[in-house]
Amino acid sequence: MALVELRNVFKSFQRDAEQIDVFTGLTLDIAEGSFTALMGPSGSGKSTFLNLVAGLDRPTTGTVRVADAEVSAMTPGQLAAWRARHIGFVFQTFSLLPVLTAYQNVELPLLLTRLSKKERDERVNIALGVVGLEDRMRHYPRQLSGGQEQRVAIARAIVADPTVILLDEPTGQLDATSSHEVLELLQRLNREFKKTIIIVTHDPHAAERARPVLHLEKGELIERQGVTA
Amino acid sequence: MRYLPLVLANLGRHKRRTFFTIASVALALFLFASLRTVVTTIGAYATWGNVRRLVTANATGIVFPLPLAYANRLRAMPGVEAVSWANWFGGRYGDGKRFFANFAIDPESYLDMYPEVLLPPEQREAFLRERSSAIVGVRLLEVFGWQLGQDVTLQGTIFPGDWTFTIRGVYDVTDPLINDDMLMFHHDLLDERIDRAGIAGWYVLRINDPGGAAAIAKAIDDQFRNSSAPTKTGTEQEFNASFATMWGNVGLLMNTIGLAVVFAILLVTANAVMMSARERIGEVAVLKTIGFSDRTLFALVMLEAGAITLTGAVIGLGGAKLLYRATNFNAAGFLPGFDVTTGTLLGGLAIALVLMLASGLAPALHAARLPVVQALRHVG
Repeated sequence: MALVELRNVFKSFQRDAEQIDVFTGLTLDIAEGSFTALMGPSGSGKSTFLNLVAGLDRPTTGTVRVADAEVSAMTPGQLAAWRARHIGFVFQTFSLLPVLTAYQNVELPLLLTRLSKKERDERVNIALGVVGLEDRMRHYPRQLSGGQEQRVAIARAIVADPTVILLDEPTGQLDATSSHEVLELLQRLNREFKKTIIIVTHDPHAAERARPVLHLEKGELIERQGVTA
Repeated sequence: MRYLPLVLANLGRHKRRTFFTIASVALALFLFASLRTVVTTIGAYATWGNVRRLVTANATGIVFPLPLAYANRLRAMPGVEAVSWANWFGGRYGDGKRFFANFAIDPESYLDMYPEVLLPPEQREAFLRERSSAIVGVRLLEVFGWQLGQDVTLQGTIFPGDWTFTIRGVYDVTDPLINDDMLMFHHDLLDERIDRAGIAGWYVLRINDPGGAAAIAKAIDDQFRNSSAPTKTGTEQEFNASFATMWGNVGLLMNTIGLAVVFAILLVTANAVMMSARERIGEVAVLKTIGFSDRTLFALVMLEAGAITLTGAVIGLGGAKLLYRATNFNAAGFLPGFDVTTGTLLGGLAIALVLMLASGLAPALHAARLPVVQALRHVG
């Protein structure tokens, strides 16, 4: 069953006088519970794809649906609320707020919910427990290693129990050990917690753990590996 | 409340910058409160006066004296219950750096005329009995550390020579607009030492009917119109008001300076808030990605601006209120009753709100309207 559906999506950017067409009729389904890797050279449209799925950007034409919600038709206000509920996003750079502790960073998405302080506290502790950083919750980002920072970012992405977790080159700035830890964690989230994960990556090790692996080039899907349905 | 840690954390990002921005707002509003209080104090003094008291001065000007012989004629005027008089002495004490008002008064009639001046009965008796004695305000006593029974010597500026008085009384006041920073001594002594010149600086009259004040004043001035020293009589409130106008258009001056200071601080605050917001474009993108709405981000930036300006306001306005009250400040007797009014505090808070809006609006709108994809380029 497709959790994410892109139908005949066109996306163009205007750069000075030049129009850049990123997608020219992309149609793509991503199944619920999958761990999908999106690969391709720079400029192939990987990040644009994530932005469209997260409702951060709109297609020029075509539709984007996530869990039966037509993301491409929502107003900015609706999108913000929808994102808070359904999307967990992890960036290549760790993107933690430097003035907040690990705990406070993870708590951020929950501030947008009606959860009480006690409920938020429970959820933050669980999320930090899942990524193995309960003992670092009072640390600021500058006091954490790169791998730990990225794990906090993943905890922040999962704390509100989103429908889909989107990751944009999450291992791009990590050393091999940290990269391995993060990928292990993602795989565990997918297998144990049945989270739908879409990861944009250049890292072949990351792609090895994913099924399916989609290859984009110049905005077109040129190859699908590991597609079973 | 749930966003408070986020707001506080952002304020703590550049502690020194936040501190100096709050300090500049506090200083601006402290100055505003101070300058505004000069205006309100002069304004209050200009409208103060007992409706049963008239003041008669030389029509040419307050600096020109009137004959002491007018006292009996004034006392005989219909509607006049009591008459007293005083003379500006203009003496200096010590190096003269600390100014205070000092007058020669007709002791008994003057103290009767001003029940607002409180003097213990035994001190009053001692003062009335001893011609070389003086009474001083409680504040003046504190300023110089004088004591009851101490001799103090003033150097006369209008009436030359050393004038030594024994302090026999320390008065307090029932109304803060009455100066408790003065020294008063016997008019007889002045009259004697200047060879019985028989002059009075001005007269104060108590009338039996406040409704007849205008008619009594006209009758007095008519009586002396063709004399060598014509008079100008008015209510005590009119006299104080004319005294207040001698400051010039101080209200305009003070308000202009105050607003100029506030405007300068507005620019400083707006710059600080904008710098802070600009540095966080990437973080705004992250928050938008998490699901923070444009409205929430707008509110967060405004809250930061509000926290800075309102903290500054509380420190500046509260500081002015407490400082002037604790030190009993009265500008060396020039501004008796100097106290930051509730109206001034509310005006200062209104300015703080304007500061918050003016400094926070642009960065808040920028954060709210920032396209998230464009902002994401700043992540990392």
